[in-house]
Amino acid sequence: MENNLVIKAENSKSYLGFWIYILTDCVVFASLFAVYATLHNNTNGGESAQILFSMPLALTQTIILLTSSLTSGLAIIAALNKHKTRILLWTVVTFLLGSLFLFLELREFNHLASMGDSWRASGFLSSYFVLVGTHGLHILIGLLWMIVLGLIIIKKGLTAKSMKGLVMFNLFWHFLDVIWIFIFSVVYLMGHMGL
Amino acid sequence: MMLANLLGLLNVDSFRHDIIQNVGVGIMTLSIFFASLALTYFRKWKWLFGEWLSSLDHKKIGVMYIIVAVLMLSKAGFDALLMRTQQSLSVGNNHGILASQHYQQIFSSHGTTMIFFAAMGLMFGIINLAVPILIGTRDVAFPWLNSVSFWLFVSGMILLNTSLAIGDFSGAGWLAYPPLSELQFSPTVGVDYWIWSLQIAGVGSLLSGINFIVTILMKRTKGMNLMKMPMFVWSVLGSMTLVVFAFPVLTATITLLYLDRLVGTHFFTSGGGGNPMMYVNLIWAWGHPEVYILILPAFGIFSEIVATFSKKKLFGYTSMVWAIWAIVILSFTVWLHHFFTMGAGADVNGFFGIMTMIIAIPTGVKIFNWLFTMFRGKITFSAPMIWFVGFILLFSIGGVAGVLLAVPPADFQLHNSLFLVAHFHSMIVSGVLFGYFAGIVYWFPKFSGIKLNERLGKIAAYLWILGFIVAFVPLYALGIMGATRRMDHYSPSMGWQPLFIVAGVGVLIIGLGLLTLVSQVLYSVYKHVENKDRTGDPYDGRTLEWSIPSPAPHYNFSILPIVKKTDDFWESKQEKRSRDLVYKDISMPKNSYIGLFLSSGAFALGFGAVWHILWLSIVGLLIILGSVIARTLTEDTEYTIPKEKLILDDIQFYGEGK
Amino acid sequence: MKLAKVLFLVSLPIIFIASIVLYVSHHNAQVFNTAGTIAKDEKSIILFSMFLSLFVLVPVYLMLIIFSVKYRESNKSSKYSPNFSHSKAVESVWWGIPTILIIILSVVTWRSSHQLDPYKMIDSNIKPINIQVVALDWKWLFIYPDKSIASVNSINIPINTPINFELTSDAPMNSFWVPQLSGQIYTMPGMSTKLSILSDKKGSYSGRSANISGKGFAGMLFSVNVVSNSEYNNWIKSTKSSTKVLNDRSYETLSKPTENVQPFTYSFVSADLYKNILGKYTLSDNNMSKVMGM
Repeated sequence: MENNLVIKAENSKSYLGFWIYILTDCVVFASLFAVYATLHNNTNGGESAQILFSMPLALTQTIILLTSSLTSGLAIIAALNKHKTRILLWTVVTFLLGSLFLFLELREFNHLASMGDSWRASGFLSSYFVLVGTHGLHILIGLLWMIVLGLIIIKKGLTAKSMKGLVMFNLFWHFLDVIWIFIFSVVYLMGHMGL
Repeated sequence: MMLANLLGLLNVDSFRHDIIQNVGVGIMTLSIFFASLALTYFRKWKWLFGEWLSSLDHKKIGVMYIIVAVLMLSKAGFDALLMRTQQSLSVGNNHGILASQHYQQIFSSHGTTMIFFAAMGLMFGIINLAVPILIGTRDVAFPWLNSVSFWLFVSGMILLNTSLAIGDFSGAGWLAYPPLSELQFSPTVGVDYWIWSLQIAGVGSLLSGINFIVTILMKRTKGMNLMKMPMFVWSVLGSMTLVVFAFPVLTATITLLYLDRLVGTHFFTSGGGGNPMMYVNLIWAWGHPEVYILILPAFGIFSEIVATFSKKKLFGYTSMVWAIWAIVILSFTVWLHHFFTMGAGADVNGFFGIMTMIIAIPTGVKIFNWLFTMFRGKITFSAPMIWFVGFILLFSIGGVAGVLLAVPPADFQLHNSLFLVAHFHSMIVSGVLFGYFAGIVYWFPKFSGIKLNERLGKIAAYLWILGFIVAFVPLYALGIMGATRRMDHYSPSMGWQPLFIVAGVGVLIIGLGLLTLVSQVLYSVYKHVENKDRTGDPYDGRTLEWSIPSPAPHYNFSILPIVKKTDDFWESKQEKRSRDLVYKDISMPKNSYIGLFLSSGAFALGFGAVWHILWLSIVGLLIILGSVIARTLTEDTEYTIPKEKLILDDIQFYGEGK
Repeated sequence: MKLAKVLFLVSLPIIFIASIVLYVSHHNAQVFNTAGTIAKDEKSIILFSMFLSLFVLVPVYLMLIIFSVKYRESNKSSKYSPNFSHSKAVESVWWGIPTILIIILSVVTWRSSHQLDPYKMIDSNIKPINIQVVALDWKWLFIYPDKSIASVNSINIPINTPINFELTSDAPMNSFWVPQLSGQIYTMPGMSTKLSILSDKKGSYSGRSANISGKGFAGMLFSVNVVSNSEYNNWIKSTKSSTKVLNDRSYETLSKPTENVQPFTYSFVSADLYKNILGKYTLSDNNMSKVMGM
């Protein structure tokens, strides 16, 4: 009975469509990674990634985001058990973790810009801010999505439609996690190692 | 002061133009005015909004795409006429009718409009009209998303045309290479108009790509497994796969160009750590798949037409499917052939040259398969077949010219010459346009219930074929004579002028051909009583669309068909199969204005982005978000058609017991 | 449609095309009217590709015409096989023959891309002459670094001598193209491309920019004058009597946008000018960046 909500035949069109959308988003990020790879050494006389980026911060952000993926998964499990309150609880936790992630990121962006290392300073920084910033924009959209989902579930309860929305949101949120892993590896880790 | 901030970069000068541009604005404004007048006089506003603008019916959306596309084709065709006139006159001391910058805006607008709004519009129009019916279903997978795609397309189109009246357009060519397209060398809003009309239309295309992939994979009727689909549907699947892989690259790339211009980032600047060559690579990583996106469905249309009008099965079905996927995959491996002259070195150039040639093989295979479909067939040369014949004759020449250009040392000479221009027009006009024209003519009875006048149809095709030869053979020659593209003036000692004049005559012939094509439609509609399609199957067709009444009912199939073989409708006629008359109530999507509303938000976002009017862009963004949320919250999205209505409709068209 | 009618219709475009070809052959078909070794080799490749394409075009056209006429509906005598849609034999022919043609052309492609690589120096006993090319808005600056002279929109080179161009742009992307001497190469700010040519025929050959770079790009015409050795040396001497000198300051004036510039020369050019022009885009010199508006 619970599984029917997820696997319903009409929903499979939406899921396939959403997966294909995720694919297109992957291509967007792939382009931005290609741009970063091409420009990351073009520091225009400024400092390189090794000096500018803080590993502790990047690690913290990573742990926050990965945890938020866990909590969003717990929301799905709550949904499979038809536990409306727990869905909302885990969604709120996910929302808070996501907001914290974004807050830390924006604070770091602001810090860099105030030192003169804004996205106008060099090709390297342009590509850094846009790659990481695009990911952040997606997180923001995820936060908005959680608000809408939460309100729908509060108002209309757990219907087949809201379940579908919850599943698609989860796909989206996990996808952002995967992209972040790549960002962490390519931008922060490799930057830290001077590659 | 406050007002100045409210309007961003807009000022009185944005509305001041030279006389030719003013004439263009005048024509545009008067057309809109008279159309509105007509709608008011005939009291058709409610009909327009209720029946068409809010419709989620794939057939109506298809028709609207085609109407917009033909309008844009005419506008860009007029650009071509201006260009030919300029290049025929501007020799020696004469500088023609256009200032250099205006000329450069015109050819940039010509290319941009033709690719993004004429060709893509015709393509999505035909795909919308035909695909659901060909696979035996009632609508696409996501009908509301379909309407959003269409309205985003319109929104991008309107934004581009606004540049004619307010401000100016890009003069950097249809692909806006930096450094020329950067703020330093293109300080006006023109490039931003280019960026944002493409951005908006591009999202529409992307959504359609997703929509049609899911439709084809998940909504085929019972019994129609993939290898029994009409070849046109395979070609659309291939094209839409290219869309979802290629368009995101365009989205990313032109966003980066916009950021360079808006906030001073250094993605593609010449200095500050920017890399203009990277733009060239990225834009062609989109650009090359784009041309295959356009041509594959046209190939698919020819597959349907040749089989139907030869009364014979398409030759080499399996080969044709493999050829499509070979083309899809290979089209991502050739992009560098657009800039062999950028100095990548012999190994890189050689590799991409060879990959480019390899793509010619599956394309050639398709041509031979079509010809062998004709072999031992019973061929009727109605208008769609005339388009096909023109296609084979002219596209082949363009194709071998392309293989020639794929050899880097040959390209070193002919790159950016009029030889190149003739090559790609051979592909796009005699391939893409001829294919889509043939498709519109072929499927016209199905979506309108009216058969098109054959004589006018053939004359239109002949005029296009003749006009193309007269307009573009001189351009191949001009390339060999050393003529570079995009020149607004040249010296008489080059000896180019007579060829430009001949080419100009060719464009006039093509214009006549377009007028004839449009007249064919208007005249046939005018004489609709005599031209009525009474059987739904005017060509003794092979595929499922000919098994339903003409015009196709809103719900397409009163009874969803069960398919046994490829070309099942033809087979069922040969086997004298009859339908199992089991009717059921059906659900159809309700109309919705949200797509239209969302796209007006997109226009506001784009216009604000172009003119730096922040509040307008924010309002636009909020409208877009609000529309999506509004749709999410809408519960009541479908209505039921009772089976009694279906039975009545069938009896009315076919008579009792069919 | 009868065969006669078809042949008549087909002959019309053939006559049209023939007239165009006739016209071109009586005028300067620059790409084929070669005066340089590179252009000559490139021409052979173009002609060879055209020849190979006949192996595709002729069968396609023949099949189209013959099938259209023979299997048209009104021809009741032709055989009708509505289900003949498969033949491994036939299909292997048209997968096979194009593949062979493409293999041949691929070998030509690989070899010629290397032989005619613009970066490859021309084989010659004669010492090459170096010319540095800078595309500007909207003219061409030519620097002879070994002679310390420069000229705008016109160069003189001696016959049968390899010329090694180094090219850049201090303006948007342009493309250096003298069709009668060789294929083109892009010129880009902050990048230095190379091109080597050799002319074996005296004359004056027209060059242009083959990539749009703004308002005045169509007027970016220059001439390459191929002269005898003594004429070349005399020309170099004559440039020394020019009153103009090209240093950083006069270069700044030169690089301001002008159109349809008549050729002139500089009697002296500073040694590092080309390097400095390149450096404008690759250094992080804040002052330069400010001047360039970045």
